[in-house]
This record gives sequence, C-alpha cells and structure tokens, in this order.
Amino acid sequence: MSSPAESALGWWGVLLAILAGTMRGGTPFLFVSLGECLTEKSGKINLGLEGTLLMGAMSAYAISYLTGSPWLGVLVAGISGLALGAIHGWLSQQPRVNDVAVGIAMIIFGSGLAFFFGKPFIKPTAPQLPTIDLAGWSQNPAVEAALKISPLFILGALLAPFLHWFFSSTRWGLYIRAVGDSPAAARAMGISPFKVRMLSVMAGSFLAGIGGASLSLYYPGVWTERISSGQGLMAVALVIFARWNPLQCLLASLLFGGAQALGPALQSVGIKEGYYLFNAAPYILTLVIMILTCSPQRTLTGAPGALGQEDA
Amino acid sequence: MTTTTAAPTATAVRRPPELEVKGMTKRFGSLVALDQVSLHLKPGTFHALLGENGAGKSTLVKCIMGFYSPDHGEIEIDGTPCTIASPRDAHHHGIGMVYQHFTSVPAMTVAENLVLSRFDGSQFLINWAKERERLDDFMQSSPFQVPLDVPIAQLAAGQKQKLEILKQLYLESKILILDEPTSVLTPDEADEILSLLQQQVKAGDLSVLIITHKFREVTQFAEEVTVLRKGQLVGHGLVQDLSVADMAEMMMGERRELKVVDKVTQEDVTPVLEVHDLSANKDNGLVAVNNVSLTVNSGEIVGIAGVSGNGQKELVEVLAGQRPSTSGQIKINGERYLATRKEMFKHRVFSLPEEPLKNACIPQMSVAENMALRTFDQPPQAKGIWLILNAIRQAAKGLVQQFSVKTPSIETPVHNLSGGNVQRTVLARELSSEKINLLIAANPCFGLDFAAVEFIHAQIVEARNRGVAVLLVSEDLDELLELSDRIIVISSGQFLYESPIASADFSAISHAMAGH
Repeated sequence: MSSPAESALGWWGVLLAILAGTMRGGTPFLFVSLGECLTEKSGKINLGLEGTLLMGAMSAYAISYLTGSPWLGVLVAGISGLALGAIHGWLSQQPRVNDVAVGIAMIIFGSGLAFFFGKPFIKPTAPQLPTIDLAGWSQNPAVEAALKISPLFILGALLAPFLHWFFSSTRWGLYIRAVGDSPAAARAMGISPFKVRMLSVMAGSFLAGIGGASLSLYYPGVWTERISSGQGLMAVALVIFARWNPLQCLLASLLFGGAQALGPALQSVGIKEGYYLFNAAPYILTLVIMILTCSPQRTLTGAPGALGQEDA
Repeated sequence: MTTTTAAPTATAVRRPPELEVKGMTKRFGSLVALDQVSLHLKPGTFHALLGENGAGKSTLVKCIMGFYSPDHGEIEIDGTPCTIASPRDAHHHGIGMVYQHFTSVPAMTVAENLVLSRFDGSQFLINWAKERERLDDFMQSSPFQVPLDVPIAQLAAGQKQKLEILKQLYLESKILILDEPTSVLTPDEADEILSLLQQQVKAGDLSVLIITHKFREVTQFAEEVTVLRKGQLVGHGLVQDLSVADMAEMMMGERRELKVVDKVTQEDVTPVLEVHDLSANKDNGLVAVNNVSLTVNSGEIVGIAGVSGNGQKELVEVLAGQRPSTSGQIKINGERYLATRKEMFKHRVFSLPEEPLKNACIPQMSVAENMALRTFDQPPQAKGIWLILNAIRQAAKGLVQQFSVKTPSIETPVHNLSGGNVQRTVLARELSSEKINLLIAANPCFGLDFAAVEFIHAQIVEARNRGVAVLLVSEDLDELLELSDRIIVISSGQFLYESPIASADFSAISHAMAGH
C-alpha cells in the first residue's frame, strides 16, 4: 500500500501505516479472538474458526453483492458462523470425541464450503462497509487513508469490555465460567454443560463470522481464496497470550494487527529487503508466544480448568 | 474462623419436611446397587447411614437427590409422593447435599460460587452491591464463616468443606445430606462442624442425614441409624439402643473380632531411608514440601498423618520419582537416591501409591503385564531383548492365587477390575519379591471394603516384621494409630509433630494437623 505521498512522509509514514494497519488488521483478530475467548471460557477449543472466518468472508461478500447492503452481509456472515458453530458444538461434545480433531475437520469443511460457493464472486466487486473518516483535518491522502476507521473495529473495541463485564456480572457469564472450570461442579448446581457449551461455541463462531466479514468488506475488501492470513488459527494463540481476558484480547489483537502491518509499512518507505521476513512477523510472534507460555513446571494461570478435556 | 451459634433470622423458619424412601431399587447393568431399600427421615433428627464401601449408601442418596433415577421405589415428602428427576427438583423440596468431592468452581471466589448456586433463573444481571449485602448478612448469622473474596482453589480443604455446608444453608435447604463430610477435616474441625449442625437440628431448623463409616460420629451425634450392606437394608434403630458391636455386626454381616496384628520387636536397627531438607513444588509452582527431613529404620513403620492437600502427595511423588525436588537429598542405605529404575532395583525399593490405577498400573495392559512391571527386564522373564511371555504368565498365575486377586483371567485389562482387586494386583507385584528394603505406601486402603483393608494391613505389618522399612502416608488417622511405630504430622509442607506411638498425644496430633 505505498504511494508517493506516503513515501514523502518518510518514517512518519511508516508509523502512520502501522497505526492504520493495527486497526485494519486487528479487526479480524479482535473478533475471532473474542469469539475463541468466549468458547474457551466454557471449556471447548474451537480450531475450526479458520473455516468459519472464510465462510463469513465469502457469505458477507456474496450477500453484499447480491443485495447491495454490506450490513446485511455482516449479519449473514454471523449467521453462517452460528451454523458452523452448531455443528462443532454438537460434534465435539459427543462421547470420546476430541476437540482438536473436530476443529481441524471444521477448518477443511468451512473453507471448502466457502471456496465452492464463492467461485462466482471472485471477479465482481461488492459494496464495502462505510468507514468513518477521522482525518478531515489533514490534506495528506496518506494520513486520510490511515485514519479511516471501520465501525466494525469500534464495535469490536466496545465488545471487549462488554464481554469482560459479562463474565463477572451476569448469570450467564458465571454459568460459562463454571462450566469451563469444573463441569462436575456446574452439574451439581443444576447447570447443563452441554447447553452452555453449545451456546458458547455458537456465539463464538458468530463473532468469528463477523471477523471474516471484516476481511472481505473492510480490509482488504475483496474476496479471493487467499484472503485469510491464518487469523483463525492464530486466534487460539492470541487467547492464551491474553490469558483468557477479553480486555487483553483487545490489546493482543492490536499487537498482532500491528505485526501484520509491518511488512507493507516498511515497503512503503522503500525497504524491500527482507520483505518475506517482515510478513512472517505475526507467525513468528505466535510461535514465540507459544514457546514462552508453555512450561513443564507450571500450569497456566487463568486457563479454564476443563479446557480440552474429553471427559465431561 | 470464629464460630457463633445461629441467631434467629428475620424470615420465618420452615420446619424441615419428613422424608420417606420406600422400596428403592437401582441397577447398573448387572450390578444391583440398591435392593428394596427404605429409609425414614423424621423432621428435626440427625440420622446416620452406615455401611462399608460399596454398600450402596452413595447410590441411595444420589437417587434421593435426583442424580440417578431409580428403577423402582417411591419418595414421599411430608406424606405426598413426588418424583425427583434432577438436583433442582431436590432443592425445590428443600433437600440439599454436601458431596465428598468438592463441587465448587475452583477459579471463582466464594461469593461468586454462593451466588451461582441459587437457582432463580429469572435474573440476568447480578447486582453485586445487593448480593454482597445479602451474603454479608448470611455470613453473620451462619454457624461458621469463610472469607468471601478468596478463590476456592486457594482455600484449605477444611474451609472448602465448610463452604459446601454453608452453600446448602444459603440455599435454605431443610434436609441436609452429608456424604462422608469429615474425611478431609482434622478431628477438631470435624467435631466443631458436626456439633454446630447438631445444635441446629436440636433447634428444629434442620434434618441431617450423614453417611459415615466412623462409629464415633454415629454414637456422638446421631439419634437414629440405618445400616446397608451390599445394597440391602440390614438394620435400623435408635443409636441409644445399639452398641458399636451391634452396628459393626450389621455392617459386616457377622460378629467379628477385630484382628490385632502382632508386632515383633526388632533386633538390628539400621537407617534405610534418610531424607535431608527436601523441598518440592506443586504443579502451579507454589511450594508443597518445605525443607523436611526424616529417617525410616529397618523393621519400623513410620506414619505420616495429615489432612489432604498439605504436601504429602508431592512428598510421595518425589520419593517415587514422579516429581523433581527443588532442593535437598534423599539417601537410601547411605547412597544418594534419584529414583531411577536401576537404583530402585539395587536398593529394593517398592511402593504402593494412592490411586493405584493412575499411579501404579497401566490401565489398558493386562493383569499379567502389570504384575511383571518390576521384573520384566530381568531373567527369567527376559532373555537379552526378548520377553519370555510364558514366564510372565506363570508368575502372574501364582501371584493371583497367592494374593486372591479376583479377575476373570490374567489377560484381562487391569482397569476392568474393582478398586480392591487393582490394589491387590499392585500389592502382589510389590510385596512378592524375596528381598524388600523399603516400602512406601500412600493411602493404601482408600475406598476398600473391610476384608481388603484387613488383608493389606496384615501384609504391611508382616513386611515390617520381616525387617522392611515402611513409610506409610495416610489421611486415615485411625489406620496410622493402629499400624505405626512412629508418627509424624505434616501440615503446609512441614513436619509439625513427631513422636513414637507409645507416647503419642492425640490432641497434640489434632492440633498439629490443623497447623498449630
């Protein structure tokens, strides 16, 4: 995304580009990580969010193109997430079924569905989501481009503190935490782990679908088969990094978004060497986080007690 | 923890209802857990349900609580028959249960757990200001207190148990069912809690049904007792009319003299196990064992007493090689011991860990293979790199007979066996070697019936008489007082009391278990 105006700004341009990239690239991370956080708080791991992301992106783009309304596209993306989440939620709670195996299957299923139904929508352009321009004061087109914020980002940024409050001050939030930490205790209190987990997985998937919509209707704003940079999978690492705290998910998503923007930002000032290395920044960050947070000595504080367990 | 007697509350106190169970039958596949069992809990009484492990007591109360649905039988509350299909229904009728394994969510605080346990599903939002007020009022008027803002995972076992009882009182249960509530409490705490509940029962606010196998609790606190054996009702009566011997006879089906195992005085006493300043951490990085030192000599049983969760599990894991120590040394026969297989074989160290199916067996492997785990790499069961399966099978057949292991065949996977027989399998493997120097046993009789317990105790004392050094870690104080030559109390990872059994002071031991 380099332009003469941007290169003219020099290193300020890099900072601006990273700032813009943080918000743009962070939006899908934000929705997928909040969705995965919600799911994992109830004790289930949903690796299939990568497939849900793609399905969300495709359906948002398709509906936006067919009906002319991008917001309807966002809604349908969420609904497609609900449907995929229902499959994952039901399947992964059957006896002796492993979360990770179902998740991988759902990645293949979701992305397959998305690519199959999405073929006719690769060429045409669909109406994009409106953006809010904060840079009216600036003449510089680069600055203007950088400070165009999507309402989806604002929605996500408000969702993080809402989820945090939800987990501590609502009955449903306590139910989800109870089921995720100790399903035996939850059952003893009359809570049904199956129902709670089913709804959590579906809600988390709904959010991931919206994350996918932000990819095709905001940034990069197209539909191709290569639109995802693995945000769905990285979200799992992100949630661990954020210690299952929605507010920290917000910060971590911005970090990952910024890491993703590093390559193009540096390119805009003409640094072409090491292009692939900089583009690998988010993945290297994921690896580093996983290595730093695993330990044979300690269990991770904040991890829901029943996460990944097959019994109950 | 201050204790206050219950002050009269502003709301009207309902009398506890009358509970009658008639002809309850429950089958699990071919196993008949309950067979036409009836129970009558009169309002305002303290009723004990007695029976050894496997008698059906837990099954009966789980049917009352709605966890299981019985195959036959009726429950009547205040004379009207009703169906209890889930714990919610039970609560609706005022019945609450305190479980043996804690049913609080570890990551949430006491306040959150108490609020969560109320069933009014209408509310979406939790008004924390109002809830705190309600909780504070409740704590003021309850018999014992627990701090409200501490996560459950950080509470001691005694506090967790008190919280479980408080939860039921908070839910205004009028019939309280307690499933072995004192197994994780020190003797002092157990007495404190039971007498406070007894006061509430005498005041007519509560009915209590307590499941226990301790006669002392029955005679001291209960008014009526119902005895189950192998799923059937075998006895019932008022406690004042029955002696301990009568109750024991009903429980076990025959008048038994408790066999006292004779201990032989030892001649040569040499130190076998020496632990110097050992420390170890728990899984979450906190200190579990804090600079402990002890010596176990040949031909003696050293007992370590303590409430669960005070570091004994981690200590045994370090000695067995399952956990790294953070500092300190272990010496066996004067040589440094790092719990490698070679050292175990050289120094003849054997162990009976707790939860044998998890810690001493490979569940999917057969009985024969499990029995061979100590010897499969030595002749005659191995020749070079080959296993001599015939030798393994023969050895297993002999051990099964010698130790009376009930198993369909030696090829059965060991997880198919009952708890007692898994323990006998492990015992057979560990105690059948000709020369044993050191035996480390942890809660060897947990969850077993009297016959198995007697057998294991006899085996341990016999080993001691042969000159084996035995370290016995147990949460059952009675077992330790019966078997040990020396007794040590562990609390918060430290040894707080040590004494030969002849001069052991019971009250000092209780105080040490509570951490004083």
